[in-house]
Amino acid sequence: MISKGGNAVAEHIIELVDISKTYDSTTEVLKTINLYIRKNEFLTLLGPSGCGKTTTLRIIGGFEQPTTGKVLFEGKDITSLPPYKRRVNTVFQKYALFSHLNVEENIAFGLKIKKVDKDTIKEKVRSALKLVNLEGYEKRSVDSLSGGQQQRIAIARALVNEPDVLLLDEPLGALDLKLRQDMQVELKRMQKQLGITFIYVTHDQEEALTMSDTIVVMKDGIIQQIGTPEDIYNEPKNAFVADFIGESNILSGIMKQDFLVEFCNHKFDCVDKGFEINEPVDVVIRPEDIEIFSNDSGKLEGIVESITFKGVHYEMIIKTDSFSFMAHNTNMYPQNSKVTIDVAPENIHIMKKAVN
Amino acid sequence: MVRNAINRLYLFIIFLFLYAPIIVLIIFSFNDSKSRSHWNGFTLKWYIELFQDPIIKKALFYTITIAILSSLIATVVGTIAAIGIHNMNDWKKTVILNINYLPILNPDIVTGVSLMILFIFARIRLGFLTMLLSHIVFNIPYVILSVLPKLRQLNKHLYEAALDLGATPVYAFFKVMLPELMPGIITGALLAFTLSVDDFVISFFNTSSGVTNLSITIFSMARIGINPKINALSTLMFLTVLILLFIVNIRTSKDIKEEKL
Amino acid sequence: MKRRFLAYPYFIWMIIFIVVPLILVLFYSLTISTENGFVFTLDNFKTFLQPIYLKVLWRSLSLAGISTLICLILGYPTALILASRQMSKKSFLMFLFVLPMWMNFLLRTYAWLTLLEKNGFINTILSFFGIEPIQLLYNDGAVILGMVYNFLPFMVLPIYSVLKKINHSVIEAAEDLGANQYIVFRKVIFPLSLPGVFSGISMVFMPAVTTFVISRLLGGGQYMLIGNLIERQFTSVYDWHFGSAVSIIMMIIILISMGVMSKYDNQQEGGGLW
Repeated sequence: MISKGGNAVAEHIIELVDISKTYDSTTEVLKTINLYIRKNEFLTLLGPSGCGKTTTLRIIGGFEQPTTGKVLFEGKDITSLPPYKRRVNTVFQKYALFSHLNVEENIAFGLKIKKVDKDTIKEKVRSALKLVNLEGYEKRSVDSLSGGQQQRIAIARALVNEPDVLLLDEPLGALDLKLRQDMQVELKRMQKQLGITFIYVTHDQEEALTMSDTIVVMKDGIIQQIGTPEDIYNEPKNAFVADFIGESNILSGIMKQDFLVEFCNHKFDCVDKGFEINEPVDVVIRPEDIEIFSNDSGKLEGIVESITFKGVHYEMIIKTDSFSFMAHNTNMYPQNSKVTIDVAPENIHIMKKAVN
Repeated sequence: MVRNAINRLYLFIIFLFLYAPIIVLIIFSFNDSKSRSHWNGFTLKWYIELFQDPIIKKALFYTITIAILSSLIATVVGTIAAIGIHNMNDWKKTVILNINYLPILNPDIVTGVSLMILFIFARIRLGFLTMLLSHIVFNIPYVILSVLPKLRQLNKHLYEAALDLGATPVYAFFKVMLPELMPGIITGALLAFTLSVDDFVISFFNTSSGVTNLSITIFSMARIGINPKINALSTLMFLTVLILLFIVNIRTSKDIKEEKL
Repeated sequence: MKRRFLAYPYFIWMIIFIVVPLILVLFYSLTISTENGFVFTLDNFKTFLQPIYLKVLWRSLSLAGISTLICLILGYPTALILASRQMSKKSFLMFLFVLPMWMNFLLRTYAWLTLLEKNGFINTILSFFGIEPIQLLYNDGAVILGMVYNFLPFMVLPIYSVLKKINHSVIEAAEDLGANQYIVFRKVIFPLSLPGVFSGISMVFMPAVTTFVISRLLGGGQYMLIGNLIERQFTSVYDWHFGSAVSIIMMIIILISMGVMSKYDNQQEGGGLW
């Protein structure tokens, strides 16, 4: 997080200072990343593929060297330290389990290198398996396990080394939805139980919102926004973040004065200020924040163009003169019916025009 | 039903075609006469003569020595090269793989002749060394082609995972990479060994009369005419292959069963 | 990963033992030796254009072609039966089928020598029925037989592995759409098996064109295929220049036939031999 207050440096377990990464001297993957990670927090790097989130993680893990900048671990420069000397462990995409070793040998791999004595290893493997709810799986071959079980073994293999920081590179990407949701809960439980720092990479915004203490939204090698899930969801800094975190209606508007914005040829009250008068802005409205009326209590008139049942709510496209809004509502408004819509001031998010 | 019977009959005839010569060969290796047509009673004398024949004994020695040495060297060199090739970028990889394919695609006779020209050109006397070198030359490509797919299948983060857990690069190579690649390496080594044992054409051009392998010996004996000692040799080689293949098959089917558990 | 340097020693090895030898062959093919050393010339290739050598080339190509065709005719049904679902103990049958291939190539060829010779096994059986012994050895037929015997598995295996991979639901889909067994074969199974057929054809044709062992043992000492022609230049005539030229021609033939085949066989399925 970019420093919010003047927190003591000691609280920051990892700091990335002016990190950039360029491949083949042409492809710029990361452009001057500055980030600090606090002890015991669950931090998620979130963004579409190619945004640089995995590269950032690999730089922290020591698998890639940054082109410029420094990685600090508890204040010490570890930029050129090889992975096997870092107090950081990784859960890899698709697990990277050693198929020539059984479950126990996989988990004990790091402990054996540290020359931990045999009885301690046995005990630690057992408790690691217990942590991931796979007690008694010691002698199984890793190929005989399901994807979800392999995932747990990969987590146990990393955690058994008692790292200060656990890096997770889209660890749930290969699992199906139900399993993924279960694992999200479990990962959060483990993180709380062990009290260690998790740095988590994902492109799934829902996953990020569920688990994280802090979310770092990235795009094209640049950090777009850092904040708590609530901050990011409710106060997206720009149209990209708004769009990436959940579905949104993004439309162009003009800031008439503080607390007043115009879009769709109507003026709306809002809670934002500090823009220049008549400054063009992006206006973001979440689908669930659009209020729908069958009478003319709303400001904008529209026609329900399509309607889809989504389980909890209906998703409707409401076409007005100048914009088609996506709206979520638990009530259904029949197709082609005339409605009016409105948005409460606190649900109108104003952001500076994205510079393309 | 009728179709099934016809299918079985057809298959039987094909198998008869494949096996009849070998069976006749084996039967007449026990025939107490040089004749290939009349049965004169059971004997083991051809086997005894076979084991007393100094030329065959020497050829057997050279065949096995060269097969072991060439497959070992080719396996080590080929595995290392495969790892290097796997990590190369596109065009260099394409160039190396294409050159690597040449000994496989080129007719054996061209490979044999071209190596012979090289050795004579470089004034290396044809003999054990040249035969060994030529076997290594045609064995390495097969090892590389057996190891490369295994490398491609390998989770690319496996090596990093080992480093992440505290392994040094050397430890990670020997304790993780090598065991994971082992099936491909063993396939390559076995392939190299069999190809070396079986080779005739390339050996034929790259050795002198003093150093011959079994194939060359069989060729020169067969060129002169029928020799019951060859029958005995065939029987023994057939049995060896049969036993080896049975062992390999039982082992792999056991592996498959274990994987299914 | 910076381990690509591991390939460099082998790269040098390849230059020395693969590239340089071939360049030497090319060099020899384009020169003749005179008292003043080597002189560049195309004479070696011109020599090959003489009718006796063209006849050798033609015989090599036609015998290899005939053998390939016979292998295809015998091998396709074999692969089809082996791959069919009704066949039980499939892996054992495949094992039996591949087994002879693991025996030394020369011994397999030698086996036919004992069967076909004048007072060999077949003639003895014939004489039992009162038929005069016939000359079975040392003719085109014997050479073709040797080729078919040795290379038949190279045809069956690639076809078998392609056939086995055909998803059975494709066949059921065709039947569902009203195709009878014959149409299913002609319109579905056969087209799908073509990659295997093409790699089978090249895997039989190439060793058949280049062999000199089968022709030497079953065709006799005077029998000439292009392989024997090369062998003789290096082991008894000692005309390396002409031998190299013939080798280059053989390589070109192989390259052309490979190019033609790979045009049809884009899947790069290979043989599934190993």
